Amino acid sequence: MLGKTAGGLYWMFRNLERAENTARLIEAGFRIALTRSTDPASDWRSVIVTSAQQAAYEAKCQTYQSTQVTEFLLRDPSNPSSVMSLIKNARDNARLTRTAITSEVWGAVNETWMRLCDQLSAPVPDTELPKVLASIRRQSALVRGALHGTMLRNDVYDFCRLGTFLERADNTARIVDVKYHALLPSPSFVGSKMDNVQWETLLRSVSGHRAFRWGSDGEYNAANIANFLILDRRMPRSLGYCADNLVDNLTYICDQYGQETESLERAHAIDSRLRGRDIHEIFDEGLHEFLSTTLIHLGELGLQIEKDYRFFQ
Amino acid sequence: MYFCEMTAGDGVRGPYADYDAWFAQQDNARLAQKSREAEAFFRQTGITFNVYGDKDAEERLIPFDLVPRILSGREWDKLSRGVDQRVRALNAFLHDIYNRQEILRAGIVPIDLIAQNDAYLPQMMDFVPPGGVYTHIVGTDLVRTGEDDFFVLEDNARTPSGVSYMLENRETMLQMFPELFSKQKVKRVSDYPKNLRASLEASAPPNCKGRPCVAVLTPGIHNSAYFEHSFLADQMGVQLVEGHDLRIVDGHIAMRTTRGFKVIDVLYRRVDDDFLDPLTFHPDSMLGVPGIMDVYRAGNITIANAPGTGVADDKAIYSYMPDIVEFYTGEKAILKNVETFRCSEPDSLKYTLDNLKDLVVKEVHGSGGYGMLVGPAASKAELAAFADKLRANPANYIAQPTLSLSTVPIFTEAGLAPRHVDLRPFALVSPEQVNIVPGGLTRVAMTEGSLVVNSSQGGGTKDTWVLED
Repeated sequence: MLGKTAGGLYWMFRNLERAENTARLIEAGFRIALTRSTDPASDWRSVIVTSAQQAAYEAKCQTYQSTQVTEFLLRDPSNPSSVMSLIKNARDNARLTRTAITSEVWGAVNETWMRLCDQLSAPVPDTELPKVLASIRRQSALVRGALHGTMLRNDVYDFCRLGTFLERADNTARIVDVKYHALLPSPSFVGSKMDNVQWETLLRSVSGHRAFRWGSDGEYNAANIANFLILDRRMPRSLGYCADNLVDNLTYICDQYGQETESLERAHAIDSRLRGRDIHEIFDEGLHEFLSTTLIHLGELGLQIEKDYRFFQ
Repeated sequence: MYFCEMTAGDGVRGPYADYDAWFAQQDNARLAQKSREAEAFFRQTGITFNVYGDKDAEERLIPFDLVPRILSGREWDKLSRGVDQRVRALNAFLHDIYNRQEILRAGIVPIDLIAQNDAYLPQMMDFVPPGGVYTHIVGTDLVRTGEDDFFVLEDNARTPSGVSYMLENRETMLQMFPELFSKQKVKRVSDYPKNLRASLEASAPPNCKGRPCVAVLTPGIHNSAYFEHSFLADQMGVQLVEGHDLRIVDGHIAMRTTRGFKVIDVLYRRVDDDFLDPLTFHPDSMLGVPGIMDVYRAGNITIANAPGTGVADDKAIYSYMPDIVEFYTGEKAILKNVETFRCSEPDSLKYTLDNLKDLVVKEVHGSGGYGMLVGPAASKAELAAFADKLRANPANYIAQPTLSLSTVPIFTEAGLAPRHVDLRPFALVSPEQVNIVPGGLTRVAMTEGSLVVNSSQGGGTKDTWVLED
């Protein structure tokens, strides 16, 4: 496979994953802004911070209003991380790699782009927002389904998956990090109304609120939630699950190519930091420090993959 | 009056008999629905092209008409023999021009037409491409004016496009109207990608070991024909590369893969000559590969089509094609040329200026219907403006009579309506043979009365059937 093609597949799926996560963040933000009367601006601000775009946003807007925030995150063509920009980028990458993907995957990505061009052709009013967000999530599910159902399980598939899990791990780590203060065990706040709202938002932004109720012993506390999002390998958006898959997909590529790469070593290192751990241990170590280091490692892994598989040179 | 390919007098011409009987049974509303479905399918599949300089419609569909253009096996045999002959002559001509130049010495083609031609590449002198093939893929534009009257309008010997539409149009027809294909036998076009790959492999450099590695070179996703590039690479099962994927490794062109560099033996390039090698041609080009011409001349890669083939499909050279065919094949040309006035010659210029309103005037190096005057359709002001351009640079133009292009009906909500068409069959040339897939691209002017079929000017396409007689 061409290095460029591998890069195109990887970035197509990074962009798709990110678009889906952004939609989910907006959804969580929208919900909390509706259910809490006190200070919606701070909730919207937290959405922007979580998507790692505070500086870019504040260069454009002075205040945090729902219409401005959704416009910036959904439609803004000058924001490379707006959903529309991400989907356009994903579709360009799909065109670039058309010879590698099945017509089903291409068709799903192209349809996603056509739909969003239509739905995001004008600013989205609050009344339409839930419909548009649901559509973005449904379209991602369609692409994912086409990928799983039609693609050969070879290096093409593995590079797609690497993009997905690297982006997802990065997003989850960031989401947890932004709310880390709400997760710190603090006797005076545990079980307070504020904590509950924060936790619910956190779980919703990774579509984990129902899974958490069913999957953990159901007790809403900081340790359980942090454990669920960081270490629980049953949860498909947890860091542990993502690390598992990064190792697997890199191992498949190494086996297929008959060569060991530094990328695989780095993925193993990320994975082993998340294996056999107790969440309290991580709390003792410092949750924020732990997550920051993970984010750095993920960034380095991304660069190493680009290098090992000659995406650009 | 125009020759209608479907009807003759009150009846239907032979090749259309079965189709006509089927069509009479159809419900217009259902066909209109099918037509919309086809459009949605083309859009979802991304069978689009980009129009340069048109920002709003970045990606457009080429309109597809669901009435096929049908040729009998007998009609096709004559056409394909004519194309075969012409393609062989083109190759012999290119070989000659870049080597001994017998045809210039014989005074059949004026030397100025070669020496002053931008498409002529001195870098190709005294060099013979692997297998002696210059034009691996040729698209010959044909028009029809009567029962037995076919004319060549243009030879596309550089990088002819449109073959993906030939293939996708057939797929679409098969899906929409399977019953039509069980009623009568239509020759298959679906072997084209396989034949193309075999033909390219057969043209690999002689010192290539093992199965030759073929790749398609595209300028990238913003090129107007990118869909076709990726489609052909995909259908052949070969890599689609861009200039930045390639570099020279040990005297060969190699592509950057996830496992290191892999040597390419045959490059089907869809990048123009000027951009192929920044060291030899356009120094700013990012689309080509620096040094590829050296690799080529060292015999380590086949470039299809060869650089410099444009000298043969020039519209001024075109006017000499009947003589060129005769010179190299010793036979009369099977396919006729359209009468052509070379405006570089004073008598022809005068004739052209005097009769501008009845003529079609084209730029010698133009393509895609740009910069062309259709006299009968032009206003007085347009005619006057064009006359000025003509006088300022006569050698840049040729003029041809307005042909009574044949018509084939298209489907409209009001029923069938005649529209003008042309035909581009595709010929594959390898050192062993010329292979012409039975069919081609039928382009149709969607606007009533229009004679311009180019997709860049709003033309559409039809599936082209060649019947098993």
